[in-house]
Amino acid sequence: MNLKEEPLLFELSSPGRVCASLPDCDVPATPVPPELARGDLSLPELHELGLVRHFTRLSQKNFSIDTQFYPLGSCTMKYNPKVNEAAASLPGWRNAHPLSGAEFNQGALELICSLQAWLCEIGGFAAGSLQPAAGAQGELAGVLIIRAYHASRGDSMRRTILVPDSAHGTNPASCTMAGFQAKTIPSDAEGGIDMAALKAALDGSAGGEVAGMMITNPNTLGLFERNIEAITMAVHEAGGLVYGDGANMNALAGVLKPADVGIDIMHYNLHKTFSTPHGGGGPGAGFVGVRPDLAEFLPGPIAIKAEGRGASREIYALGMPATSIGRMKAFYGNFGILVRAYVYLRMLGAPGLRRVAEAAVLNANYLKALVEGSYKIKYPRRCMHEFVAQGDLAEGVHTLDIAKRLIDYGFHPPTIYFPLIVPEALMIEPTETEAKETLDEFAAALLKIAEEARIQPGLLTSAPTSTPVGRLDEVSAARNPTLCYRG
Amino acid sequence: MPFIAATDADRSAMLGRIGVGSLGELFSDIPASARFPVLDLPGPLSELEAMREIEALAAKNLSASSSAWFLGAGAYYHFIPAVVPALASRAEFLTAYTPYQPEVSQGTLQAIFEYQSMAASLLGVDVVNASHYDGATALAEGLLMAYNAGARASPNAATGSGAAAAVPRDRAILCADIHPEYKDVIRSYLSAYPVRLEESELPPEKAAALADASTFCVVASYPGFTGAIGDIGAAARAAHASGAFLLVQADPIMCGLLKSPGELGADIVVAEGQALGNPMSFGGPFLGMMGAKASLVRKMPGRLVGQATDAAGRRGFVLTLTAREQHIRREKAVSNICSNQGLAMLQACVYLAAMGKTGLRAVAELCWNKAHYAASLIAKLPGFAIGTGSFFKEFTVKTPVPAEELASRLSRRGVVPGLPLSRYYPEREYELLTCVTEMCTKAQIELLARSLGEASA
Repeated sequence: MNLKEEPLLFELSSPGRVCASLPDCDVPATPVPPELARGDLSLPELHELGLVRHFTRLSQKNFSIDTQFYPLGSCTMKYNPKVNEAAASLPGWRNAHPLSGAEFNQGALELICSLQAWLCEIGGFAAGSLQPAAGAQGELAGVLIIRAYHASRGDSMRRTILVPDSAHGTNPASCTMAGFQAKTIPSDAEGGIDMAALKAALDGSAGGEVAGMMITNPNTLGLFERNIEAITMAVHEAGGLVYGDGANMNALAGVLKPADVGIDIMHYNLHKTFSTPHGGGGPGAGFVGVRPDLAEFLPGPIAIKAEGRGASREIYALGMPATSIGRMKAFYGNFGILVRAYVYLRMLGAPGLRRVAEAAVLNANYLKALVEGSYKIKYPRRCMHEFVAQGDLAEGVHTLDIAKRLIDYGFHPPTIYFPLIVPEALMIEPTETEAKETLDEFAAALLKIAEEARIQPGLLTSAPTSTPVGRLDEVSAARNPTLCYRG
Repeated sequence: MPFIAATDADRSAMLGRIGVGSLGELFSDIPASARFPVLDLPGPLSELEAMREIEALAAKNLSASSSAWFLGAGAYYHFIPAVVPALASRAEFLTAYTPYQPEVSQGTLQAIFEYQSMAASLLGVDVVNASHYDGATALAEGLLMAYNAGARASPNAATGSGAAAAVPRDRAILCADIHPEYKDVIRSYLSAYPVRLEESELPPEKAAALADASTFCVVASYPGFTGAIGDIGAAARAAHASGAFLLVQADPIMCGLLKSPGELGADIVVAEGQALGNPMSFGGPFLGMMGAKASLVRKMPGRLVGQATDAAGRRGFVLTLTAREQHIRREKAVSNICSNQGLAMLQACVYLAAMGKTGLRAVAELCWNKAHYAASLIAKLPGFAIGTGSFFKEFTVKTPVPAEELASRLSRRGVVPGLPLSRYYPEREYELLTCVTEMCTKAQIELLARSLGEASA
């Protein structure tokens, strides 16, 4: 890691330095009316090498998959194949315009059409849309579909969506944006959905207010919801729809079609299961798939294959589902991300997908076996692609300290303090792309840290010491925020 | 197989340690009747075969680089210096996650802070967040922010304890000349909110005068979808007089040359940032830029990076004001947004730094001059007329033959003359929306004028 403080671009700026190389104007100039013209533009002035060193040095202050093991639970930080990047950067994609007309974008439309079909097949869905730009947007689309479905049946009483207490925060937030009230369903002693609480929420008049349920399966504890068929049946009997949050699809692709166990609508995150890079926070892509009778509510436009057009070169086209919930963004999804997912799926095929899920589940269970003697596991069942350990190792030592100490051992910390139902949670997802040796080294570091917690807790509470900055004062930063450079 | 490390020997050692006899046992929780379905997917390909297939598909698209390109309408063909993708695609940026662990994410965090700083200066606002999915969703979420914020504190508006019982502020006025797809996204995003969306065909300064005590926001594009530059300053004054916010969707390249929306009085400024160093890529990934006055920051959706210090007094950067966000507030969050367009934002960040103070203005001047030159040539063609008043790089062209016909015919000959407006407005059959950027040479502009003339002769 680069430990040296890197000045801000503005601090590196020197008046008169130029990086951009632009052509002279080759047409007669038209004066800009003074009432429209802006005055000074406060942007930094650097030369190209200065810029290159700056961003290169910044990059060296990051942990990343290519440099470190990155076992963030529920984030699926798997290796992002280089071929994905090569494919997405082809000029035929980069310089394709979304509005030049179907006739001139047959390649892009064919790619979207094929990817839609494959992603539907993986989940057992009848139709799907690649419009959503991210998982959270896929959720919003899904919940809006639930709303449109009930509205189309003249059923306006259903205002509640059931959300398990282990769910991601985006689930209840998406409910709010779609005009629903999220009602929390507790987990049982086994880490699954509490069936008695679910029945109570669906009984009698309460059931008539339930529009649907959002389920993440495997859930955020990394556990497969063993009652899934009973749960979806109960929601259906009460007249609700079941939304599947596909954040954890990496454990299921090739293993189970969620539609086969009663999931009506589902999104997957292409940036998790389908290997597209996380990019320091995005862009993602969020396919949403549905059962047959919900197809016309999908967000659009979607790609369609037109049959029998004779001599016409137009085979693939765009279409808006008849009663669509509308557009989620301009144009057709995060297309460049779709190219990457397409290549990945094309290289894996059905057998590869199943092996990915098997290896992801194997790695997680192996890592769990290595650490469960030293770390408590609240729900000690067999896990799927991830598991949740607890960081209450010793008096005065917290999960945050373990996370920071892992950094000193050269590992990115797991997801911490989530799910909320496990105190001091450490949520660990190794993914299938990590080698056994890496898992062994990571487990060894966790065991060493457990020992340090008892003998030398200061090593944990003062960590990290190997990074460009130590723990930052986030409370002061939020109380009096500095969000821009103030020269 | 590629991308998986485990060998047969690894697998059996790991299964032994777990204490199971086979991989299949790990999946015993999955209902047996549905376990391991047959998937109808095309067979696996090697990397070589997959690249061949993808190259063949990519070649079936019309590439702007092999044409004279005059089509914009929300996705713009601009120059991207080689330094932009070279730096932004560094694996340490590309394969990192959201910077939740600040000590090992200072690269991403500082880059976001620098983007926020440069973008705030460009748009003329106090604060810009780490980006939204695209310009359209930034616009929709900007409108939701205005709704959640309620009335704008204004000395001219009747607010405060002495005022009569407040009318609920549930009305938004949208100027009609906003990208039609952006308006669609607004409708999707606000479909569950008790909000009245009214469209006005009037220019922004007159539409804003329709604001009343029930109006929470006036929304205008700068320039409009069809290129016209309205009086944003007058629109701001009119909106503010009723205590309504003015939300402006801007062209960030234009802000390099013309007054920023913030300087003109907009409370919230959003923009499609694709033009700043990101390829058109068939419409995504782009980035939605979102900025506002400081007073709105706690209602702002999306990620924000702030400056902080560690115990040794060293400067660092952290995600901040997270109490607005879904992972903390769940159903009470200001939005469900989780990710930002990290990589696209980073491209915009490097682009703004590479262009710098003089370069961005130079790009904007090239667009301005070339667009006006093109308009002057087209205006002289018999049967053609320019339909936009003040414009920047995009303007409407009235055509003597249906624009769709013209566009289709010319595109096949390598001259893409713009967007036939009938794609969005069936009644506007004889109008083309033409865009000229720094990528168009004088020869290409003259070719466009000549081709338009010939094709309609």
